[in-house]
Amino acid sequence: MATAIATDVEWETVIGLEIHAQLATRSKIFSSSATAYGAAPNTQANLVDLGYPGVLPVLNAEAVRMALKFGLAIGARIERRSVFARKNYFYPDLPKGYQISQYELPIVAQGSLDVVLDDGTRKRIGITRAHLEEDAGKSLHEGLPGVTGIDLNRAGTPLIEIVSEPDMRSAKEAVAYMKKVHTLVRYLEICDGNMQEGSFRCDANVSVRPRGQQKFGTRAEIKNLNSFRFVEKAINYEIERQIELIESGGQVVQETRLYDPDKGETRSMRSKEEANDYRYFPDPDLLPVVIEDALLETVRASLPELPDQKAARFASQYGLSEYDAGVLTASREMGAFYEEVVTRVGGKDAKLCANWVMGDFSALLNRDNLELALAKVDAAGLAGLITRIVDSTISGKIAKEVFEAMWDEGTSADAIIEARGLRQITDTGAIEQAIDAVMAKNPGQLADYRSGKDKLFGFFVGQVMKATGGKANPAQLNELLKKKLAG
Amino acid sequence: MSALPIHRRTLTGLAKGLKRREFSSVEVTRSYLGRIAASQPDLNAFITVTGEAALAAAAVADARLASGQAGPLTGVPLAHKDIFCTEGVLTTCGSKMLANFVSPYDATLVARLRDAGTVMLGKVNMDEFAMGSSNETSHFGPVRNPWNTAMVPGGSSGGSAAAVAARIAPAATATDTGGSIRQPAALCGVTGIKPTYGRVSRYGMIAFASSLDQGGLITLSAEDAALLLGAIAGFDPRDSTSVDTPVPDYTATLGDSLEGLRIGLVRQFFDKGLDARCEAQIRAALAVYEKLGARLVEVDCPNLPLSVPTYYVVAPAECSSNLARFDGVRFGHRCADPKNLIDLYRRSRGEGFGAEVKRRIMTGTYVLSAGYYDAYYLKAQRVRQLISRDFAQAFTQADVLVGPTSPVPAFPLGSKTADPITMYLNDIYTIGANLAGLPGMSIPCGFVEGLPVGLQIVGPHFSEARMLNAAHRYQTETDWHLQLPAAYA
Repeated sequence: MATAIATDVEWETVIGLEIHAQLATRSKIFSSSATAYGAAPNTQANLVDLGYPGVLPVLNAEAVRMALKFGLAIGARIERRSVFARKNYFYPDLPKGYQISQYELPIVAQGSLDVVLDDGTRKRIGITRAHLEEDAGKSLHEGLPGVTGIDLNRAGTPLIEIVSEPDMRSAKEAVAYMKKVHTLVRYLEICDGNMQEGSFRCDANVSVRPRGQQKFGTRAEIKNLNSFRFVEKAINYEIERQIELIESGGQVVQETRLYDPDKGETRSMRSKEEANDYRYFPDPDLLPVVIEDALLETVRASLPELPDQKAARFASQYGLSEYDAGVLTASREMGAFYEEVVTRVGGKDAKLCANWVMGDFSALLNRDNLELALAKVDAAGLAGLITRIVDSTISGKIAKEVFEAMWDEGTSADAIIEARGLRQITDTGAIEQAIDAVMAKNPGQLADYRSGKDKLFGFFVGQVMKATGGKANPAQLNELLKKKLAG
Repeated sequence: MSALPIHRRTLTGLAKGLKRREFSSVEVTRSYLGRIAASQPDLNAFITVTGEAALAAAAVADARLASGQAGPLTGVPLAHKDIFCTEGVLTTCGSKMLANFVSPYDATLVARLRDAGTVMLGKVNMDEFAMGSSNETSHFGPVRNPWNTAMVPGGSSGGSAAAVAARIAPAATATDTGGSIRQPAALCGVTGIKPTYGRVSRYGMIAFASSLDQGGLITLSAEDAALLLGAIAGFDPRDSTSVDTPVPDYTATLGDSLEGLRIGLVRQFFDKGLDARCEAQIRAALAVYEKLGARLVEVDCPNLPLSVPTYYVVAPAECSSNLARFDGVRFGHRCADPKNLIDLYRRSRGEGFGAEVKRRIMTGTYVLSAGYYDAYYLKAQRVRQLISRDFAQAFTQADVLVGPTSPVPAFPLGSKTADPITMYLNDIYTIGANLAGLPGMSIPCGFVEGLPVGLQIVGPHFSEARMLNAAHRYQTETDWHLQLPAAYA
């Protein structure tokens, strides 16, 4: 019999993520095959990847270094001795019948990352562990009626699985954390972060409990989410599903679920009872991974400036808000782009540069759906434009028009300013001339203004601007107009 | 000097004869190919004979010999256990599962011997996936013992041992996971060496139990073994468990004095299970060693009796995982008209594997399962540590351990197949060395009712040179290793 549940219970969501990041090594984790994406099926699978009789795995040292980079970057404990185990199950895209993965003794243990939430508060998300493992191949169905094709190009690609603590309390927090990890792995250059190609994906463990309850609710695991949007939608759907289920007297069962992006819902894949017994045991073909001090220090020395460090530096060095500093350091490329712009502008006007990079520049990148590296205006170009604002050659308003022209035509700010005659009028005589003409043309308004209608000042500004094609320097115009109108 | 027939020479003798141009490699190879063909109906030692390729390789070797560019092994023929992958040649591992498998690559051991100029005669029979102690689990039928064809040759390297004993190959490669080199060497009256775990690359050797498997040799003498071991030993970057330590010239120390050598007699090796007639031969061999200046000391390995149950947890566990790749998808046996994926797996594996392999896969799957892992697999690994410790302790008192290889001489075909436990107990004296990763040898030391008896020598890690020295000195004092079955004289 279903237990009656008070429906005014306030529910708390508990989320933990398992992120799989493909390591950007040139060759596979246990073989010398290339890892490049998109090759014809099975052209990047050698005998080791195919699991031929008699072949043996040999650990790629670069994958270990990359895992260490990650561990050091999240302030984790580096396990000096970690062990590869075999996870045994049958599947056609798993050639050996087992996946080699670190199980009881992972290389990275206990670290954390801070995320900034929408309301500006910081939250620390614990990272239980990060371990090395090999990816499986792919089953192909499209264009193969009646049969299943196997592509083992991906088999043996190195992955680092990053397992968080159940520290997140909403889908938004989960996305903020996932984005933070995404930023970090690209900073470290250990993962290309390409989510469409599956280089960065996650499983989400979701449960709900009445607020105040200590014990976790029963969780469902949503598999293979490969976009931030899907993560948010899938988790929100799952939260609703679980609450509705419990409130209507049902019980959440521990199971694996799949998110269907077309329908926007999750559905059961297999329950706990149907789950495989993976029969993990240490892989006797591989020795324990022993990390010596010297290696750890070499890796530590190779770490780049990390996102949080860079954001803090941007805030203090350039006087930016925490928010702006965070946006500008969201990727290593963006940070470098911003710094180049500021440097070229002369190290001053950092806030103006930030506004341009985050504003018009990012807007056009988004509009054209371009990566930063493919932007139509480079850092030098944007700096050239900002320099013309700073030296009063053009106004900020005209600059927007110039920028769009630069983007479309691929030329410099100066060329466009010249060609279109957009140079700002800063010649006092010329501005005064224009003011005199406007005053002469509008004697009625002039009389009204002088008799106390202050509001008409804006009318005169507009008229002068119109007469000068918007090119009059606004500050000068204000000053001169005030003087002239006063009589 | 009357010319000794080719087949009665040791490998060392053949190498010398080839160097002196007493005969050509083609002549030698042809001689063995003829003997293989003649013996096959009785012994069934070979699964594949690569006659044409062998003669071609022999001709190349002869050219090298003629041009003075030959190495110590150039032109010497030998056979490979069918567990070693050989490029372009059928590699069955004694199983229906791989009855159609032509390997696209050479095992490291095969490549090294080929590069040293040896000539491959073919691939010898074995227990299916090296699981067996009598060579009766082979899909290609049992091998018979050349000393008495009603008897088993031992296993799993039964084909290797029978081939060398019958002089249808002067030497053969072999593998040893729980005694698979030493026990058949003992039962066939030949010399077998299982090197230290990690001494010889496992790359290209089809895995049974990865933490125990070790490639080695079956030869007519310790001298032959020393010559060949130098060619196959050494670090291989393709095998993470191979050890990067220098390979000594094993032939250089063969004649060293045994004066003061401390020979440990493990109390547990002379237990009630040992056939009394075999024990008498072992004791006689020990007397020879005393005469050579060695001292006998009794040592104790209290955990050694646990080696059989420990082994039959660890080895099946690893095998259950190692053999998962034989799924009918990419190579090997595939059932006809699979209805779906599960049907493909079930029937391909059900049809491809024999009963003993299935028994071990099931045992291994069981001991690794949730809820049993700690009680079986983990506990076995702990006992394994204890056994290793026992040996380490024994080696503080002794330089080598000497005792029986097998509790009994060769037994009749079919006599133990009904009871796996009785069969498993054949390896009671050999398994310990595998669990501890130690090198071990078996050399002939007499006969019981016309069947050979083997003397086992076990040494500390990487003590192959010392073991070979001890074996060679014994073989210079005795001629058990030169006896050959009447039918193959």
